Amino acid sequence: MTRDRIRRKNKGTDRSDPDVLLDAIRSDEDGRSRGRLKIFFGMCAGVGKTYAMLQEARMLLAEGKDVAAGIVETHGRPETGALLEGLERLPLKAVSYRGRTFSEFDLDGALRRRPAVVLVDELAHANVPGSRHIKRYQDVEELLDHGIDVYTTLNVQHLESRSLTVEEITGVPVHETVPDSVLDRAADIELVDIAPSELLKRFSDGKIYAPESAAAALRNFFRRGNVTALREMALRATAQQVNRHLTRYKAGRKIGETWKSGERLLVAVGPSPFSTQLIAWTRRMAATMNAEWMALNVETQVRLTVQQAAQLTANLHLARELGAEVAVVRAEDTVEGIVQTALANNITQIVVGKTEEGRLRTWLKGGSLVERLVRYSGNIDIYVVRGDVIPQTTRPPRRLPRLTSGRQFGVALGAIAAVVASLFAAGSLLNYLSVAMFLLFAVTLLSLWLTMGPVLFAAALSALAWNFFFIPPRYTFHIARFEDVLVFSLYFIIAIVTGTLTSRIRINKEAVRQREARAAALYAMSRALTSADSTDAIAAIAVREIDRIFDADAAVFLNAAGLPVLHHASGFSPGAKEESVVRWVAENRKPAGRFTDTLPLSDARWMPLATGRDIYGVAGVRFRRTTVFTLDKETLLENLAGQIASALERERFNGERRRADTADASERLFKTLLNSISHEFRTPLAVISGITASLTDPGLRLGGAARDALMSEVNDAANRLNGLVENLLNMSRLESGNVRPAVEWCDVSDLFQSLKRRLQREAAGRPVAFEMAPGIPIVRIDSALTEVAVGNLVQNALRYTPPETPVRVRAAVSGSDLVITVRDEGPGLPADILPHLFKKFYRAPGSAAGGTGLGLSISRGLVEAMGGRLTAANASRGGALFTVRLPAERRSVGPEESNE
Amino acid sequence: MSDAVKVLIIDDETQIRRFLRIALEAQGFSLSEAANGRDGLVQAAMHRPDVVILDLGLPDGNGLDILRRLREWSNVPVIVLSVRNAEQDKIALLDAGADDYLTKPFSAGELIARIRTALRHTAPAEPDGLFRNGPLEVNLAARKVTVGGKSVKLTVTEYDLLRLFVQNAGKVLTHRQILKTVWGESSGDEMQYLRVYISQLRRKIESDPANPQLLVTETGVGYRMQVTEKQQG
Repeated sequence: MTRDRIRRKNKGTDRSDPDVLLDAIRSDEDGRSRGRLKIFFGMCAGVGKTYAMLQEARMLLAEGKDVAAGIVETHGRPETGALLEGLERLPLKAVSYRGRTFSEFDLDGALRRRPAVVLVDELAHANVPGSRHIKRYQDVEELLDHGIDVYTTLNVQHLESRSLTVEEITGVPVHETVPDSVLDRAADIELVDIAPSELLKRFSDGKIYAPESAAAALRNFFRRGNVTALREMALRATAQQVNRHLTRYKAGRKIGETWKSGERLLVAVGPSPFSTQLIAWTRRMAATMNAEWMALNVETQVRLTVQQAAQLTANLHLARELGAEVAVVRAEDTVEGIVQTALANNITQIVVGKTEEGRLRTWLKGGSLVERLVRYSGNIDIYVVRGDVIPQTTRPPRRLPRLTSGRQFGVALGAIAAVVASLFAAGSLLNYLSVAMFLLFAVTLLSLWLTMGPVLFAAALSALAWNFFFIPPRYTFHIARFEDVLVFSLYFIIAIVTGTLTSRIRINKEAVRQREARAAALYAMSRALTSADSTDAIAAIAVREIDRIFDADAAVFLNAAGLPVLHHASGFSPGAKEESVVRWVAENRKPAGRFTDTLPLSDARWMPLATGRDIYGVAGVRFRRTTVFTLDKETLLENLAGQIASALERERFNGERRRADTADASERLFKTLLNSISHEFRTPLAVISGITASLTDPGLRLGGAARDALMSEVNDAANRLNGLVENLLNMSRLESGNVRPAVEWCDVSDLFQSLKRRLQREAAGRPVAFEMAPGIPIVRIDSALTEVAVGNLVQNALRYTPPETPVRVRAAVSGSDLVITVRDEGPGLPADILPHLFKKFYRAPGSAAGGTGLGLSISRGLVEAMGGRLTAANASRGGALFTVRLPAERRSVGPEESNE
Repeated sequence: MSDAVKVLIIDDETQIRRFLRIALEAQGFSLSEAANGRDGLVQAAMHRPDVVILDLGLPDGNGLDILRRLREWSNVPVIVLSVRNAEQDKIALLDAGADDYLTKPFSAGELIARIRTALRHTAPAEPDGLFRNGPLEVNLAARKVTVGGKSVKLTVTEYDLLRLFVQNAGKVLTHRQILKTVWGESSGDEMQYLRVYISQLRRKIESDPANPQLLVTETGVGYRMQVTEKQQG
């Protein structure tokens, strides 16, 4: 059995110990952050739910609470209308759909107004298409998420798990349903109950519906039998919730032993609409038994049509909605898949539907699905639930399109006809038994391309053709010899068996290939993401991979200052409408858009890029072709989104660490700075303040030449301070990685000119020679940075060499590099200081006073920032030699324009 | 209204303002001061200064914004004070209409020279169309150039380039300003041509092309036609 499963947990109905505790904690927390939901629950319309809700609202109002009516349906009942007097009513939103205008609850208005409690009548109401959510209960969820308490009303027939039963009892289809989990999450449930006789009286008095609208269907609905049954269901559902609350309460308070049934249910889900009934049944069962349950789909070789795949996805969605753990496994045989999964998950009870199976198939497999399940499942209980004929009104039967299959049958027919014709043409060259071999070969070949049906058709067709055209007597279906009858039968069986087997192997392989492709896609993406070193790279990978895997346009929004901002790598730019969906997703951290229940009319499907910790952005997938969004794809998309989010999170942490590292480094720099160079500042400051004080001291009577000499000292000291500050600024720019070379075309002689001016003061009286190799071109470098880097080298040379010795600066070209050398004729560089020469604050032992040990390290930093290299060595003729090598595009200088 | 040249200083550093006031008043300038950009704009409107000295690092917004707002209604020459390593800012300001810049620290002498140059720009062109600067003499009317009395032949582009520098003598010109004027909009980034032409021009008009005295480079910013002391006007 190929086991490859997709499963997820739903927090809704788990009842094991830790989960109950967690639930309790969660609702405790919810009590603070999430709004409280109170449901006024009744058996059917007319029991007075809205009335009860309004009464309670008035009480809250009297207590001074901020209550507002979001939407309240009075159905024209005057008593109810009277209660609405004096309550603040939020304006309704007009939504037009297909030329008609509907009044809907205004979710955004309510969120803006933010009352403490909002009344939202009729929880099960389906919103007009084009609203944000499909169902009103989702609006309510959002209100709760924003910390607003909600009072609402609900009838038992609208509970997802009860709706089909109600339909059976009353014969009236129920279209508007809410998942049971909504009821589970309610903080309070108030049962609004009246005696059936009273209800029926109210109905016949026209108090429930205005007499003219009390149509026949409604009259059927309001029958004593129905009403009593509904009442029982409402009471039971309420009792179950009360029980749940009690369990939760006990768990929280550690009162007694928290009880767990230990039962685990598994329901087998297929691509049939009947499965929804099975799921609802199992959910009820699980709820009464207080048990966990899972929904399992076993993928076999049978290929699903688009409609079946959609139905299967819907079924699994429903199961998840109702609180099941959903798993999909792949197996040769359904029974094998079910049993293996059941054993692996300690399932105690399996629920399957009673289905019609072909007799031959049953006989071949050694019993019907149920029989074999019973045989192989050991001590697991099996429930077989009756499958109903699905009423046309709720789920119209879907006809499978036969287009591709039709084409396949055509191919089968054509191929066999062609082979038969050519064999026929070969005539007496071939024995009729050899002909069989050729036909068999053709069938086997066909099975490599076609699906099962057409292959069987080809097998049968070839057998008949063989019989008719080749087996003597020819041109009849009659077979003369008994031996030939045997051979014909054998041929028939062999053709069918080979065809089926090959076809099955192919389908299997196809499925394996698809799964491998999916796994490979995930792997490729995770590998790409691991190597991504920036959010930009992650966004680009996300867009590329989603595009590749889903054959769809992808867009990525990254959260910046709490708002999602479209990343430039995106494959499409969504319009204003889509952006509002994105904002919703970012705010609520839930998927929305196409194939979801939230804003399903959007063009794209939007996924939050969230981890357990935070949300980092939103990714969107816009399919190029219409497709069915299967559970497989959804899971894959969720996985991708999860991986992208983790990568973004990792990148954020990396960024924080980098910032922390930088902060650390600058703190170290700062400390060293304080220690090693504070005296560097003090010396010139002492000179300046000493001299200026002396100059203003009337007692000293300084004048004339002395005064000028002192002023020049002040000037020198100030310049030294300025140089020091500049060095520190350059160093801090380098440290923070803020040096961005601005490369421009530059004439090296210009560079030397500014260098000369820069060094004028330091080089006073010293011979500094600037030389340029002949034909030096115009180069593309950052001249300002180069000037600082080379200037520091020259200053360094001037400082550490005897006063009369020259310093030579020379520019030359080597390959595509500009090479600038600074050579002095001093004592050269001792071997032991060479390794430390470019370190920050390093000063050679025995250096004269003055200097911070920053100059050379700045030079190297700048040169490296420009992508070049700075090296130091001793020149062959003595003295130190510093070499700057900068990558530079070149352009030769020459007359480009002839003289007039 | 006195004849004294009115200078407005916009700088948030009191000491710099005091220093400039002492130095400039000694030269007969009339001073007004502002400690921030907003106040500076008000003062500029009120006093109608002949020159504005604008510090780049103001507390309320960057100098560029203030310059742009000033330029909305005034053509007064603006000299920007900046620090080293701020070449991009300088270029942006010059391209936005500042007339010149000075890098801190600077001497009062340098500043006064820049102020004089800036003021000269606003004066009308000389009637005889003759420009003299050291050994260089340019007759704008006759398109004749002589260096040390010897006639020099320039190509059309070289002459256009020289004329631009002559018309803006003493003032820094950014690469973009030069490219735009001489080659037109399209050659926005063709910096290498400019380098080549400057180098050719220097070979023709400088006595020592490797050590130019007339066309000097402002690293990372542009070029300036240095005005020698003997120049009259």
